[in-house]
This record gives sequence, structure tokens and C-alpha cells, in this order.
Amino acid sequence: MSGAVAARQHRTGWRLPRLGPLWLALPGVIFLGIFFAYPVAQLLGLSLVDPATGAFSTATYQRIAGTDVYLRVLGITFRIAGYTALYSLLIGYPLAYWLARLPDIFRGRMLLFVMVPFWTSYLVKTFAWMIVLGRSGIINALATGSGIVDQPLALLHNEFGVMVGMVHAMVPLAVMTLLPVMGGIDRRLVQAAQTLGASPAHAFWLVYFKLSLPGVAAAGLLVFISSLGFFIVPAFLGGRRETMLAQLIITQIQELLNWPFAGALAAMMLATALISCWLYDRLFGLSTIAGGSAQVSTGRIRDLGLVILGWIAALAGKLAALTRMVLGKRGSGLILPLFAWVTIAFLVVPTLLVIPLAFTSSQFLEFPPPGYSLTWFETYFASPLWIQATIRSFLVAFATAIAATTVGGFTALALANSRTRWGGLIFAFFLAPMIVPRIVIAVGLFYLFARMGLIATDLGLIIGHTVLAIPFTLVTIAAVLKSYDQRLDQAAATLGANRLRTLVGVTIPLVKGGLVAAFLFAFITSFDELTIAIFVSGGIKTTLPKQMWDDMILQLNPTLAAVSVVVFVVVTVMLVTAERFRRAP
Amino acid sequence: MVAIQPHGGERPSKLVVEGLCKRYGATTALEASSLSVGEGEFLTLLGPSGSGKTTLLQLICGLVEASEGRVIIDGRDQSRTPVHQRDIGLVFQHYALFPHLTVAENIAFPLKMRGRAAADIARRVTDALEMVHLGHLAQRFPRELSGGQQQRVALARCFVYQPSIILMDEPLGALDKKLREHMQIEIKRLHRESGATIVYVTHDQEEALALSDRICLMNHARIEQLGTPREIYERPRTAFAADFIGISNIFRGTATANGSLETAHGLFALPDGARCDDGKGALVIRPEHLHLGTEAGNSVAGTVSEIVYAGSETRIIARLDDGAALVLRLGPGETVPGLDERIVAGWQRDKAVLVS
Repeated sequence: MSGAVAARQHRTGWRLPRLGPLWLALPGVIFLGIFFAYPVAQLLGLSLVDPATGAFSTATYQRIAGTDVYLRVLGITFRIAGYTALYSLLIGYPLAYWLARLPDIFRGRMLLFVMVPFWTSYLVKTFAWMIVLGRSGIINALATGSGIVDQPLALLHNEFGVMVGMVHAMVPLAVMTLLPVMGGIDRRLVQAAQTLGASPAHAFWLVYFKLSLPGVAAAGLLVFISSLGFFIVPAFLGGRRETMLAQLIITQIQELLNWPFAGALAAMMLATALISCWLYDRLFGLSTIAGGSAQVSTGRIRDLGLVILGWIAALAGKLAALTRMVLGKRGSGLILPLFAWVTIAFLVVPTLLVIPLAFTSSQFLEFPPPGYSLTWFETYFASPLWIQATIRSFLVAFATAIAATTVGGFTALALANSRTRWGGLIFAFFLAPMIVPRIVIAVGLFYLFARMGLIATDLGLIIGHTVLAIPFTLVTIAAVLKSYDQRLDQAAATLGANRLRTLVGVTIPLVKGGLVAAFLFAFITSFDELTIAIFVSGGIKTTLPKQMWDDMILQLNPTLAAVSVVVFVVVTVMLVTAERFRRAP
Repeated sequence: MVAIQPHGGERPSKLVVEGLCKRYGATTALEASSLSVGEGEFLTLLGPSGSGKTTLLQLICGLVEASEGRVIIDGRDQSRTPVHQRDIGLVFQHYALFPHLTVAENIAFPLKMRGRAAADIARRVTDALEMVHLGHLAQRFPRELSGGQQQRVALARCFVYQPSIILMDEPLGALDKKLREHMQIEIKRLHRESGATIVYVTHDQEEALALSDRICLMNHARIEQLGTPREIYERPRTAFAADFIGISNIFRGTATANGSLETAHGLFALPDGARCDDGKGALVIRPEHLHLGTEAGNSVAGTVSEIVYAGSETRIIARLDDGAALVLRLGPGETVPGLDERIVAGWQRDKAVLVS
């Protein structure tokens, strides 16, 4: 009797909503709410407000719609992003397929050929392509030198240059998105299909390819959205006709100081990104991006899809038979590895070509260098501007890594222990900074920081970079916790350890590898970051990427090659270390 | 004995494996092996993990290319035929159902690959689903099914196109004991009703004894013994065979001139007609052939260390004087000795089997 009363009182008493372990995610939710969701939402609002009166106004959008220029830039942005997604998939899929089928030990090593380009700074990669594709660049030097052509080819400042740079930048992202999905496909299903009478082509298209489709869609989406916000590649490798939306936004803010208009342009980009995401979610479900299982669509679209795959399979079967006739069994077996190695060369070689140029004795970026010296490294180390930027980059990256790892770690812990439907929602929210184009976040933060007095401060940079790094730390730590045996915590609890001591004494030592990897990934994210740095760092308070950007706009010089090598080496060392920790905790 | 074991004689050969072998670099996954399977026969490849049984299965269906040897199905050499043209059915350990296809579509898959007419496919799929009692689940996806149901779908997908041979790779390995026993009866029924030729892989000796017409016992990448379950149980040819199938008490020793085996536990009389060529051998005595009390020349002494009551029988584990364990089985009526009691156990000379 009294027990029942007590129970009722307990039930009716005021209580916090039952979130359980999800409380651990709260600091991160608040942080992202203030420094990500709010500024981005405000940006959308700003574009709908008359700057003079504060009243609702669609004037900015009317201006966009009214001027041919902006629509054309929007069209160009779409076209370039779309083609980039297409080519990145066409090149990335076979490479990912090849990697997924390698034995585990080899895959770990081969994966570095994708990881290093993935994390290599866009600036370094773009700089490399300028050297390779330029009028007096490596390709033209080789082509004219050997007499294949008499006039240098126009490879730069046109759509070709932009596409090469964009696809080069995005193939690693496509591969990294495809791999987890492919890794999750049971290889025995393909064998099963073959024992049931499916030819290799049918088995591949009807089973393997069909099951990898969510990965294809996710990779396409991520590449498309990331490409929408690109400005480094089109700025340096494209011409006037390849101007993209992000470049317009930068111009509006930095040169024309037209903030509302920049807001409207950013809002437009965000809307595009969100609509793409929404479409993706309708078709495949967003959780596949994080490696979850795909929804199975039903109905007529599904049947149609299967029929189309059947046609493709039949066609591919004929093609395979033909190839086999021409090249023989061994020959056609070599096509895939050959393609994979050519792609890896495409990803890795341009960046490596920068290294000899950093040691040139020449005043110019000629290839091959006429002689070797350490002049340009001396210039770099003797320049207070470069060294201060380098030190600032290191400090900011270090602080960012600590902040992002802490937030990501607690959130991952919260999600691992939670079984409520809130978990999925929170996970999606934390991944959002990866999906919203960086330029949108940067512009939003720019407004916010302007009012908070955080422009041109290290704190502003750290906050901005932490927003960008949190998705990476969360995914890395969540992956480790997923494989972590929760019963060990329970065992510690039964043995008398309280929550905190369990965390410090059992959980953290066991997931240490994941934490170190997350720290390093966050470090690299910040160390490479340019977009936020362009807006938030000001005056002499620049970071290394910002200083590189300014120099590259001014003129190309061998010091940039030396700096690129420094950045490349730092990032690669961190990355290899991170990978080592991630694999062997 | 000869290398190729005839399968009984009354059945025509469905599958003949001749000197099939597989090497990966320096390691041998399967030494040159030969066997023949009769039409409608149920043959089990039995052995511990790493014994080569799965390799042999994969070589037969063509998922793995043989280093040497031939696979002959229905009198035709299929060694170079690609998997999808061999007309073999394979039931995988983890079912390998296509997750993106419904149950009905999974079962229709092999028929579609063979270009059958739509009406024919529909009819056969319905029949196959009826056969495994899953007609009501045709439109479900595999992940919505229980393990036992998934396995039945996998079986239906295999039986539906009536392949010339059905191979099963530990198909019940992922199920719990109760379900496994139920599915064994199911597979036996399917085999009887369809008259299919089945080659079945398992490491579970009870399963092998329950299902098979013949068992092919494998160890260390080669065939150890091939015969009916009764032959292998009652007449094991090696100590491994005796030990792997059922419980055995094994005494190793050296044969003497007067027809006995000298072991660490004494001199034991050999069964009539038993000889070991190289002088070394081992006597195998099943627990049910041991009884309490002495038997002239065939008894050992020890101390009872464990008594296990199992309903229809009581198992006594005794520790022999050198520390080795002895297992004997007592029927329901027999007097059970106490723990730590000193006992003497004996056996009739002809119940023992001499193995190499």
C-alpha cells in the first residue's frame, strides 16, 4: 500500500525528461547550437531582411533573380559540382571496389594512398596542379620539350583545369564514403549468386552493385555538397567563366562589404545542400552516410531499378565476354588493378612533384629544377610572417583538437550508451557541420563573431575550427566505442568501480587509440583550414593556410613550394600516426 | 585399402572427384583426394576446422580453382567450368540470402538466371515455399525472418532449380541446438522427397551420424576414412577416427608376437584377425563395451574420479594409475560405484578394435 503511494508520488513528481546518458551530449549540443545552428539560421534570416529598416524583404533575392550574372554563376556552380560528383564516382568506385577486395593487411597500407590525398590541404593540392598544368608547367615542359606539341597547351584557367583539380580533390572523399558500405557487403553473396547460376557480370550488378548503391548515393551527395562550396580550386585553376558561388560570397564580403547579399547567396547554397540531403534521405536514409544499414525501398521504383540493373548486367556480361576474347583471362583480370594504380598515381603524384620544387636553386618554379638548394626553406624560416603564421596554426590546431576531441568523445559516449530515438537525431546534428558547405558556416560565424568581437582573435579561429572538427572526432570515437565491449564497464561496476573510475580506469585506456586518432584528425582539420581563416583571422593574425592563400593570389614563388612541403609533411606524419593508433589501440 | 572408395555399387556415380588437390604457396589446403558420390546419396564431409572439408566443397562447386585433379559430374569433366555454369547448389553457413530481395525473389533468382518463363518461375517458387512451409512469408525481406526461417529459405532457393548436386557448408552451424535438431529432420525429409544428391559439410559428429548415408572423415587436409556411419563408428581405422566419432578409450602400444598389444597399462589381447603391420597400434574400446569386473587379459584398474548421471545411462570417469582417463557407461540397472572407489574395468576381446 505505502509502496504504491510512494511509487505514484515518484511518478507525479517533477522530473527531467528521461535522456539518461544523453546528458553527456549536452555541452556539444549547446556549443553547436550557438556556433553552428544559430549563425547559419541567422544567415538565412538576414537574407530576408531589409538591412536599413529590419523589415521583411525579398529584395536581395529579387536582385539575384534579376541579374543574369548570379543565375549564371549558380548554374556554373551546379554544373561543376554535378560533374565533379559524377567523375569522382566513376573514378572512385573502381578504386574503392579494388581496395575493398584486398586482404585486410594490404588494404590498410593501400588506404594511405587515399587518406594522404584526402587530408592534404586543398591549397597544397591546388598549388601542385598549378605547377603541373601551368603554361610553363610540368606537362607543357615535357610536351614541348619532347616536341609533341609546339605551343603550350591551355590546361589552366579553364573548365578542364577546374575539373581536374576538383575531381582530384574529391575522389578521396568518394572512396572514403564508398569503402565502409562496400566493406559491409558480404562477399559470400556474390559467390552465392554465382552458384545459383549468375554470371560474374550478373552477380556483380544484381547483387554487389545494388547493395553498394547507398554508398554511391552517399558519396555522390557528399561530393556534390562539398563541391558547391569550393572556391580555392576555381580561383586558381579556373578562369572567369568558372567563377563559383563561394567566390562571389567572398568578394561580396571582403571587397564590397555587402553582407546581406552575401547572406542571400550563402542561403541559396545552403538551400541547395539541404534539398539534396532531403532527396537523399527520402531515397536512401541518412544513416547510411554513417555506415548504417540502408532502407529497402519498395514498390514500382524498386522493381524498375532491378529491371534496369538486369539490362546493365546483360550488357556488361557481353562486354566482359568481348574483353576476355581480346585480352584473354589474365589480361582482363589486370584491368581493375591497373585502373586502381593509375588512379592512385593521379591522386598522389602531383603533390609529390612539389617536393623537388621546394629544393630548387632557381628563382622560378621550373621543372625539373636546374639545381638544388635550401634557399627557400631558409626564406621561410627567416620570415617572421611565415613563422608567426605557422606557430599560430599549430597553437590553434592544438586547442581545436583538445576541444573537438572532448566534445566528440563525450557525445560518442552518450550515443553509445543511449537506446532512445534521440540518439539518431543528435548524431545527425553533430554530423551537420560536415554537410553544410564550409563557406556558409564561415559567413555565419563571421556575422556572429563581428558582434561578439571575436574577429581576428585566436579564440574565434579555435571555435570555428572546433565546429568543423567535431564530426570527424565523433565518427572516429563512435567507431571505436561501437567495437568496445560494454560488458567491460558492467564488469568494472560489479567489481565496485563508480562511473568516473570506470571511465578513467577501464573505458579510456581501452579506447585510447581512437581518442588519439580523433585528436590528430581534428588537428589536421584545423591545420589545413582556410575558409574560416579567411573570414575570421585578420591583419597580421593569419594562419599558415591563410598566408599561403594570400601569397598564391599575389604570385607563385618557390617559398610556397617549401611551405607546401612543410604542411604536407606535418599532415602526413600526423595522419600516419593517427592511422596507426586507430588500428592498434 | 584403395584410394577411391566405391559408393556401394547399386547407384550410378553422380560426382567423382579424382586426385583433387589445392595448395596456397607452401601450405596445402587439401592433399590429392578422391571419392565418388552416388545418385541420390547423402555424403557428409566431417572433420575438425582446418581439415580441408570446406576446401573440398569449394573445389567441387568451383568457387576455388583446383591446383590438380578433376571434378566429374554426371560423367562430364567440369574442372574448368566456371561456378555459374556447373549447375551445383550451395547452401551457405550464414545462408547468404540477398538482403535487397524478398523471400520470393531470392528463391526466383536461380530460375531467372536460367531464363525460365515467368509463369514457370511463379509456380516453382510457390511450390518451393510450400515445401519449406513458408508460403505466408513470400513477400518479406530476409532480415525480417528468424534464423531457422532464413535457413529454410536458403534451402528452398537451392532445391527450387533442382541442381544436379546440392552442397551444404555447415548450414546449421548458426542455429541453436533445438532448432538444429529440428532442421536436421527437415533436411532429411527434403533429401528423401527430392531424391537429390547431397554433399554436406559439418564438424558435428552427431549431425553427421544422424544424416548421412556415408561419412567422409577428414583430417590434416586429407581423407581419413570413408564409410557408412556404422562402419566408421564400429570399425574406425585410425585413432583419430575413433576419437573424433563417439567417445573412445584408446590404449597405444606395440604388438607382440603372440597376438597381444603391450601398452603402458599392461598386455592386452588383440581381437581375432587383427594385425598391425609396423608393430605400432592402438586398441579402441567404446565406453559401452567396458564393464565392471575383470576379463582375462583385458582389464585395467583405476579410481573413480567423476560420476555423470545422464538419465538413460550413467557415465563413470576413472583415473588410471598413470593419470590417463577412462570412460565407461553403465546401463540403468547396474550398480554404480562410489566416488574415489577403486574399480577394475574389463572388456570382451572382440569388442575392442585395433587401429593404426
